[in-house]
Amino acid sequence: MRGICKSFPGVRALRDVGFTLRAGEVHALMGENGAGKSTLIKVMTGVYEKDSGRIEIDGQAIHFKSPQDAQAFGVGTVYQEITLCPNLSVAENMFIGRGRYAFVDWKRMREKAARLLDSLGIPARPTQQLSSCSLAIQQMIAIARAIDMDCKILILDEPTSSLDEDEVRKLFSLMRELKSRGVGIVFVTHFLDQVYEISDRITVLRNGEFIGEYEAAELPQFELVSKMMGKALDDVSSMRKREPSAADGETPVFEATGLSSAAGVRPFDFAIRKGEVNGFTGLLGSGRSESVRAIYAADKVTGGRVRFKGKEASIGDPIHAMRLGIGYLPEDRKGDGIIADLSVRDNIILALQVLNGFWKPFSRKQAEAFADEYIRSLNIKTASSATPIKSLSGGNQQKAILARWLLTHPEYLILDEPTRGIDVGTKVEIQKLVLKLAEEGVSVTFISSEIDEMIRTCSRLIVMRDRSIVGELTGDDLTENVVMRVIAGGSESI
Amino acid sequence: MNTTRRKEAISNSNLLFAIAAAIFVLMYGFAILCYPRSFLQYQTFFDLFNLNAPLIILTLGLSIVMIGGGIDISVGAVTGLVTMCCAVYLESGTGSVGGSMLLALGIGVAFGVLQGFLIAYLEIQPFIITLSGMFLANGLLTTIHKDPLNVTLPEFVLLRDFELVVPWLGTTNRLGNFIPLAIKPGTVVALALIALLAVLMRWSRFGRNLYAVGGNSQSALMLGINVKRTKFGSYALCGLLSGVAGFVYIMTTGAGNVGNASGFEMKAIAGSIIGGTMLSGGVGNLIGSPIGALTLLTINELIRAAGVNSNFQSIVSGLLLCVFIVLQSVVLWLRGARGFRLALPAWLAPSGERG
Repeated sequence: MRGICKSFPGVRALRDVGFTLRAGEVHALMGENGAGKSTLIKVMTGVYEKDSGRIEIDGQAIHFKSPQDAQAFGVGTVYQEITLCPNLSVAENMFIGRGRYAFVDWKRMREKAARLLDSLGIPARPTQQLSSCSLAIQQMIAIARAIDMDCKILILDEPTSSLDEDEVRKLFSLMRELKSRGVGIVFVTHFLDQVYEISDRITVLRNGEFIGEYEAAELPQFELVSKMMGKALDDVSSMRKREPSAADGETPVFEATGLSSAAGVRPFDFAIRKGEVNGFTGLLGSGRSESVRAIYAADKVTGGRVRFKGKEASIGDPIHAMRLGIGYLPEDRKGDGIIADLSVRDNIILALQVLNGFWKPFSRKQAEAFADEYIRSLNIKTASSATPIKSLSGGNQQKAILARWLLTHPEYLILDEPTRGIDVGTKVEIQKLVLKLAEEGVSVTFISSEIDEMIRTCSRLIVMRDRSIVGELTGDDLTENVVMRVIAGGSESI
Repeated sequence: MNTTRRKEAISNSNLLFAIAAAIFVLMYGFAILCYPRSFLQYQTFFDLFNLNAPLIILTLGLSIVMIGGGIDISVGAVTGLVTMCCAVYLESGTGSVGGSMLLALGIGVAFGVLQGFLIAYLEIQPFIITLSGMFLANGLLTTIHKDPLNVTLPEFVLLRDFELVVPWLGTTNRLGNFIPLAIKPGTVVALALIALLAVLMRWSRFGRNLYAVGGNSQSALMLGINVKRTKFGSYALCGLLSGVAGFVYIMTTGAGNVGNASGFEMKAIAGSIIGGTMLSGGVGNLIGSPIGALTLLTINELIRAAGVNSNFQSIVSGLLLCVFIVLQSVVLWLRGARGFRLALPAWLAPSGERG
């Protein structure tokens, strides 16, 4: 691909970007949020049409008009957000949209799917409905689909963000196998270690511009990060955790006893003090998200009592929690967080508007002022506050939702995976913001699947396994080793 | 294959179908219990088809569109328009039966193609487009002819009165005379279409693509499905079926009338939903939908047999529809809740899904 340009209303997403992929290599595509990685991929796969520039495959100029076009030329893609149909069976999801024949041979399709699932070691049955599989398995199925298409070019957009280590290893061995068969793989990820583990070459984008193409072996990690950010990385270790002090008072801001929800968490006790940052950790599916959802009543609460600032409170609905001053940034940004078609401004003022009551709307000027303030202070990259939020990159959407809650001046803020799928720079920004909020006396519950991130920010970690709390770590116990041991089932229980 | 779990969780589509079938069997069983004289006759069962073939055909069309995540509320009006156009054409003196068939299909397809184009390619809300299609068809209908128009063309009258007689399935009436079972051509058309379309939706690429589009059109696009063409196809097919329904309608009643097939779109939607099609798209079954329609019709027959004021038909239908929908969502909701799976016995599990 050479000299690719792509513009959206108000934003020039790609400017003269070049990208070369050789057969049989893993080529990492790196860049911060909004650097244009996703846009470039969507041009490569025919979702967007390029404004100018050339795409060549095997020296032949090609113009993709649609994803089908790209598929026909052997470009297989696995997107970050899973793009399969939940209402169909696993086997159908692997083969739909590919058949040449007018009719479907169910038996052959199921047999082929079973063989493929078996050979890749994916624990799913072909006849299972896709919606009954976990996210990680759905991702593997999407990869299996791409592999089975005999593609020459395989694009993996953040394939590892919802996989655990074991699954990542499986995926990598799969990638090596494909590599040896001469498939060119484009690998997009935010995990630097993974880039160095598997990639041969690295292309870096920044702000829609091509920064450079490097051999992975010749580019030290530190330089890669500074190339992506365009500045020397702020030293992460300079962040100082805040240890709760006696001055914050003994009464917890929020206290729950025997809380349980319809999503299936075992009854648990939980308390957080003013200005404290604590975290829920555990493997995927351990119930860490479900626990905080129970606190915010995002799932139906089935039992337990809660006290807010020492007073008995009943939270049956998110709105009750909001009125008490609790904010919740959901894990599923796309489904539970943003309202895609509304502007950045409307998304930001939404929570405050709800609290204020719908009969007392903000004037446009007020809303504008609120939005502008946070767009500036959180450094949200958007053409204007009136741009629909869906055209922002993931990290900037996340910041906008964060702004939505900051605007309500919550006393207790729950952040569920605020840093997933966003780049290093924004991650650090968000972590810093969390610590700053704690400094100002806001209690924060922080969830992340990256343990080092949790250890950096949290002063207390609650470890979950199999939907119940198995340990609570503070002070010197907050090291990666100890946390891992408790997650895995060591003796560090309370 | 994997043998760790033997019981396969049944898919929502099949579960809803099972519910629909169970409801119909219960309803018909209840009818037999209450009025064994009438409901035990095969004729009564086939009369449901004989008299309501157009509605059943429309239900099929609507299910197809609804599976694709759309809606088409113009079908009733288009069917009415088709009956009137056919009547006028047949009475014009130059008409022939074959020509009127082509005319019926042509009008249906024309509406389907036009609406499908606007919805799929210009991405306009299907509800609004088909609402305008409904008004257009209604307006054309009254413009063409206002008064009831009986078709007197001899060939057509022959077709209208034609009945397939099945001697071994008859009943003895009160006077002791044996009356063989009579099946109208419309019934045959409806049954053939059910079989054909069920096969189409289950085994054809178009059918499976349509399920994918209804389930998640963005994903379907990424999976390499031509979403626009698939959507367009569903509306065109639905339009074609409206044409067929119109011809079957006039073939049954033999007259064009302003009120023909009015309100059928809503009945067809209700039938589809009772039959397990979800308005949100991606879930449904082409055998279930006609069963849903038959459930509604059985209720109407029951009320008629009970001799209650016919106004009650609407009231009862409305209430029952509401009950069914609540029942469906309760069942789906129970399934969605963690730790609850409706484990079906092996013989009830749909074939090919036994793990």
